Amino acid sequence: MGLFVLRRFGVMILTALCLTFVVFVLTNLEPNLEKLAKTQGNARMSDEQVETWLSNRGYHRPVAVKYGEWLGVLPGYVIEGTDGETRGRCLRGGVDPADAARFCGILQGDWGFSTVFKEDVWKIVLTRLGQTAKLMGWVMAVMVPSSLIIGVLAGMREGSKLDRSLSTVSIVTTATPEYVSGVIFITVFASSAVGLKWFNGSATSAMEDITFLNFTLPVMTVALYGMGYIARMTRASMTEVMTAQYIRTARLKGVSFRNIVLKHALRNALIAPLTTQLISDIGYVFLNPRIRIS
Amino acid sequence: MTEDTPILDIDRLSISFFTRLREIPAVMDFSAKIMPGEALGLVGESGCGKSTVALGVMQDLGVNGRIVGGSIKFKGRDLCTMSAEELRDVRGSEIAMIYQEPMASLNPAMKIGRQLMEVPMIHEGIGEKEAYARALEVVTDVKLPDPERILKSYPHQLSGGQQQRIVIAMALMSKPALLILDEPTTALDVTVEAAVVQLVKDLGKKYGTSMLFISHNLGLVLETCDRICVMYSGEAVERGSIEDVFDKMRHPYTQALFRSIPLPGADKNARPLVAIPGNFPLPHERPNGCNFGPRCDYFEAGRCDQGVIAMSLIEGDDRHQTRCLRYEEIDWDAKIEAGETKAKAAVGEVVLKMDNLKKYYEVSANALFGGGHTKVVKANETLSFEARESETLAIVGESGCGKSTFAKVLMGLETATDGKILLDNREIQGTAINDRDTGTVADIQMVFQNPFDTLNPSMTVGRQIIRALEIFGIGKSDAERKARMLELLDLVKLPRAFAERMPRQLSGGQKQRVGIARAFAGGARIVVADEPVSALDVSVQAAVTDLLMEIQRKEKTTLLFISHDLSIVRYLSDRVMVMYLGHVVEIGTTDQVFSPPYHPYTEALLSAVPIADTKVEKKHIVLEGDIPSAMNPPPGCPFQTRCRWKSKVAGGLCEREVPPLLTLAEGHEIKCHLAEAELRGMEPVITIAAE
Amino acid sequence: MENLTWTGSLGTILYPTLLAAAGLFAIAVVLQILTSLVVEPYRAQTLPDGRLSRRGGAIGLIERAPQYLLWALILVVLGYLVGGVVAPYGKAGIVGAISKQLTPVWIALVLTYAASIRYKRRLGLYGKLFDSTVGMIGFGIVMFWVYTAFFSSVGGMIATHDPLSQVSGLKNKLPGTAVPNATDFAMGAHYLLGGDNLARDVFSRMVLGSWEVVKIAPLATMFAFMVGITLGVPAGYYGGKLDTVLSFLANLILAFPVILLFYLLVTPEIVLTGIPSYMAAVLFLFPVLFATVFLNARFRTDPMKRNVILGVVVGAMVWAYLSLISQPGTVMNFLPAALDLFNIPPGILVVFVSVVFVNSPTVFRIVRGLTLDLSTRDYVAAAQTRGEGPWYIMLWEILPNARGPLIVDFCLRIGYTTILLGTLGFFGLGLPPESPDWGSTINEGRKLLSIYPHPALPPALALLSLVLGLNLLADGLREESLRD
Ligand SMILES: Nc1ncnc2c1ncn2[C@@H]1O[C@H](COP(=O)(O)OP(=O)(O)OP(=O)(O)O)[C@@H](O)[C@H]1O
Ligand code: SF4
Ligand code: SF4
Ligand SMILES: [Mg+2]
Repeated sequence: MGLFVLRRFGVMILTALCLTFVVFVLTNLEPNLEKLAKTQGNARMSDEQVETWLSNRGYHRPVAVKYGEWLGVLPGYVIEGTDGETRGRCLRGGVDPADAARFCGILQGDWGFSTVFKEDVWKIVLTRLGQTAKLMGWVMAVMVPSSLIIGVLAGMREGSKLDRSLSTVSIVTTATPEYVSGVIFITVFASSAVGLKWFNGSATSAMEDITFLNFTLPVMTVALYGMGYIARMTRASMTEVMTAQYIRTARLKGVSFRNIVLKHALRNALIAPLTTQLISDIGYVFLNPRIRIS
Repeated sequence: MTEDTPILDIDRLSISFFTRLREIPAVMDFSAKIMPGEALGLVGESGCGKSTVALGVMQDLGVNGRIVGGSIKFKGRDLCTMSAEELRDVRGSEIAMIYQEPMASLNPAMKIGRQLMEVPMIHEGIGEKEAYARALEVVTDVKLPDPERILKSYPHQLSGGQQQRIVIAMALMSKPALLILDEPTTALDVTVEAAVVQLVKDLGKKYGTSMLFISHNLGLVLETCDRICVMYSGEAVERGSIEDVFDKMRHPYTQALFRSIPLPGADKNARPLVAIPGNFPLPHERPNGCNFGPRCDYFEAGRCDQGVIAMSLIEGDDRHQTRCLRYEEIDWDAKIEAGETKAKAAVGEVVLKMDNLKKYYEVSANALFGGGHTKVVKANETLSFEARESETLAIVGESGCGKSTFAKVLMGLETATDGKILLDNREIQGTAINDRDTGTVADIQMVFQNPFDTLNPSMTVGRQIIRALEIFGIGKSDAERKARMLELLDLVKLPRAFAERMPRQLSGGQKQRVGIARAFAGGARIVVADEPVSALDVSVQAAVTDLLMEIQRKEKTTLLFISHDLSIVRYLSDRVMVMYLGHVVEIGTTDQVFSPPYHPYTEALLSAVPIADTKVEKKHIVLEGDIPSAMNPPPGCPFQTRCRWKSKVAGGLCEREVPPLLTLAEGHEIKCHLAEAELRGMEPVITIAAE
Repeated sequence: MENLTWTGSLGTILYPTLLAAAGLFAIAVVLQILTSLVVEPYRAQTLPDGRLSRRGGAIGLIERAPQYLLWALILVVLGYLVGGVVAPYGKAGIVGAISKQLTPVWIALVLTYAASIRYKRRLGLYGKLFDSTVGMIGFGIVMFWVYTAFFSSVGGMIATHDPLSQVSGLKNKLPGTAVPNATDFAMGAHYLLGGDNLARDVFSRMVLGSWEVVKIAPLATMFAFMVGITLGVPAGYYGGKLDTVLSFLANLILAFPVILLFYLLVTPEIVLTGIPSYMAAVLFLFPVLFATVFLNARFRTDPMKRNVILGVVVGAMVWAYLSLISQPGTVMNFLPAALDLFNIPPGILVVFVSVVFVNSPTVFRIVRGLTLDLSTRDYVAAAQTRGEGPWYIMLWEILPNARGPLIVDFCLRIGYTTILLGTLGFFGLGLPPESPDWGSTINEGRKLLSIYPHPALPPALALLSLVLGLNLLADGLREESLRD
């Protein structure tokens, strides 16, 4: 088991490395760098000026090296620029070259400095992550239990009216991406024109101060799309289990329907959605910047 | 309740399934009675409604099945009108059911002990402790080793045979009055099957349980039951005591059934099997009058195709009934019209020679994580034999004995680890199929086991045969190939119109014929038939084997017939090779192998095969335990874990050394340490009582 | 001119009925669900005359009521639609006018259904679809949008106004507002679903927006399938290293946040480097490869025939391929204009590439799984034992038998692609800003959503219904292909 987890972990790290590398390469493409130079330096720089600006800041070196530095497995660059100033990856913020660290990448905890937000990247990442985590925590808390319950209830008697009603609900929710449910929810619940005016539709305010009123809509919106998906998967798993031979065995043993569902079917039915899907789903939910109603 | 109230009384039961298109009457006018302690066998071909009857009794027909007539009385109470509550009380405590797939019948996520204890806890309201004690007792009764450990394990930790024993134990937990067994041993190997059947019989006696035993195997019913009911196309056509029905059958279908199964004495040349002509009617396409009419030799127009035919009682026998109008007119003792006796084809040159063939697989010991050290599975160990032109060589053995691996190596899907395969004195063991020339590929072809899998479901029958012709380079133009394809259809006795059909429109037997036609497309000289009829119904089996034999005679093919069914092997093969765990344990002509001296494994195998003939007496040799896994075979003789003769070999030799091949007669070799004298002193397993 | 009300004079009778039926239906469904949790299911008995007994009493009524009420609801809705078609313009209000405007769609739908149901036994899986209620509803919704898209763009019928023209005075006006300078009381006299914040007709934009989806989604999904199949079948069939590498790549792409990927792909700087063009060159090569291998495997035994067929088919495909990827103004511009069959607007091409790129890993995974399962079949072994090449086995023996699940997934995936396209539009990526596609329209409408919901709601509901239809269609197909 340990080995298995280790392998999985290895694959995950490899995936993360590849992903970051691709993003790194794409953002370090020539036109992007040029844009960076112009926004950072001076919008009306000439081509040569852009050249020197970039090479002074170490942008004009092989991508692999830059990536290695960013990761922190290669020593950070130190370049004596054509303008006489010495710049280095580890020298930001006026650190003296003498006592600067040799490595300063992700691994050393240096996440860089966002040239757009003028703030340390790790701070940005952290606040973003915090906000996302708060939202996603709620989303998970709402989405997972309710979708599992819906799936189990629908799947326990395939083709019954309960199944049909619940399946309709979950199929509708899977057809409703966040930007659609957002529009509908705001119209119904928060619109000043025709709506019920129950909630506050803005999530930006919710980031600072969570209240039931401003947080319900974003959570509902995000939860809804995933909910139908998990519910449908749970239902599929449940119906499959309910037609399994061993459920028939249990029925013919005289086990009551309640106990068949609770004792015999439930555990087998939940294995599939809980292990395979949910785990990757949690990853998905966290990795994907979600669209929030704003 | 008195002694004469039947435990189960099914009266004129009709069951239908309702599909979108139509109502499918699966069971019609079915009656049966089971008295206390009695065992009733229900036999019939696939799809005749046996399982439906069983599920009807259990009142578990699914969403679209419904009882449309008749009654099912259990101890005098009608099951059909019981409430859900009452039914629950009866199920599991009074009626228990066992079915085919033991693995699927057990909940994979629940410990065996829990699953067993649940039964008395529901029905008798007893506590955990008592239930556990009961479970322990019953598990001991089904002869499982180390019951406490077994109660703590999950189903996947047990072997197939052990799982089936657990299922039986579960059924017996509440000491039911009626036990329904729906093909309980079909998924098991022959030797394991024999042990399980023996167990069921013994326990039935011990607990005084009545049984409804469903099977398509007449031999099995003979061994287990007191009475039998033969079903055909949704109806019971004959029922009575075992002796009456087996020896004095009064329905043409029963008679035809017996004539189509290979009993000892049948012979492919002198006394061939008589296949039942035609096909089983689909439930919604049944003929008027007698369902068996279109296939019956005694059919009389104007009488047999009119109205509804009722069961009639045969005077003088014990509750013996038949659904035939003409049973009194038919001469039941008439000898089978001696089918044309065919001259035995002369055996020709050696075409295929195996010399010390070995095939080892390397598997990683830890399948889940990969890596680590690898283990060697010895799938084939020193295989040597010759096969001649026009000869049928049967390869017999249970699951995991290496039959299919051998076929794969021969076909070139795998290459041999060591040893030689000589085709016309050319070595081919190291040439994979894609490197073989077209001639070699066309020479060695294969017929597969599962008819439902052997044809590509999305290509017409004709197209599939033509493709084989294209590949083998036969015919110069499309038209020529088409003509050849039609000829091949003639060869396997299929109407030419079938060329346009899709495989799903064909029955199992017909598909198998197409498979045969495809194998012979390139004029194959060696055909490997991997259990070609085991998935077919008995009445169809005979026709397909006959066809195979006939083509063989015509084309002088060498047939390598892989099978676990000794009856059919005895019927059609010239020589037999018995395999166990990758080893050839015995090889010889059919007569040599089927009569003493035997290899101990062959002896057990012969004894395990059920034979549907009341005149046959068999010695009962029940093998203990299961077949060891090929991953870790026992040291020494591969059969030593289950051999009953082991004690006769001095000094524990069997556990240390692989025995050498001992030649007992010209061409008869046995791999055993037993002294020759011991071997020669063996008694025959099967004796046929004098008529 | 006066504005239109929602239902006109038709509403006086139908509106209360609709409200009653809908309310009762909702109550009945809830009641039914609650009872089904408590009460045991009924064991129907066969009566002597062959009919089935039904549960009587209050519980029986609760079980059956939703059905009756649903029929009532459907009747009322039908009443609105038919009434709208029949009644003169404006009499039946906005709903009626829209229904009237959609008349060609209704006719096409009715004809399609009549023909399909009549011949359903001869139409294979498509015919079986008409045995499943869910499938029929799904198919109906999907075809509704397909016909709407077709008639409105190609036929120039359904839309009442130009999707881009602005009529002053109609900015953010409510549904049913009359166009100021309209003269006669007929089609075009009103903004049926109101005006958006640039004073354009919401109804026409929504209707024409469907064409954007119908045009791109199925085609992009097709390409994604080609890529997924061409890579997935060998991965499943050969297994081993190839499988490990391809699966890793697929997972890699799947782990990539979709939006970030899109964002990177459509930023002008990256378009300038030509990455999307190169990706297009690679991705669009797959259909050509697929066709070549497919035909070669089948006809390799007859080289003459093979050469002719390959020459014709692959030649044509290569030409189409070259014209597709050669694009004036991008890095890939090598085909002389005379030979260049068609050019795709660069924005669309980028959208296309992104959608294919994002979808193909999932298809890959499905195909790989199916192949893994199917390659254990005996007919595959039979093909192997007669010395067929691996590609024949993969493409002619295995692939056709995987078609059931693939068709189902195809429908689902078109739905997903629709959502993706919406997302792209929503973020203003790819498509031109004034394009009437639903995603962009929702995005525009979103800004004033709390005050004027009417411009954003119609495209949102349209997108929802189309995706819902595709999901239902897939469900119906799955159900039917599993059955007998
Ligand atoms: N759920 C079902 N829906 C429709 N038809 C069914 C259903 N179950 C069984 N049938 C049909 O009823 C008939 C009898 O089936 P049944 O399973 O009882 O046969 P069987 O004798 O047990 O066959 P086997 O030996 O293969 O187990 C068959 O024609 C079968 O196709
Ligand atoms: S009734 Fe007629 S057709 Fe039927 S079995 Fe008897 S003789 Fe044959
Ligand atoms: S060698 Fe020993 S164990 Fe093996 S079969 Fe002979 S007697 Fe039995
Ligand atoms: Mg059965």
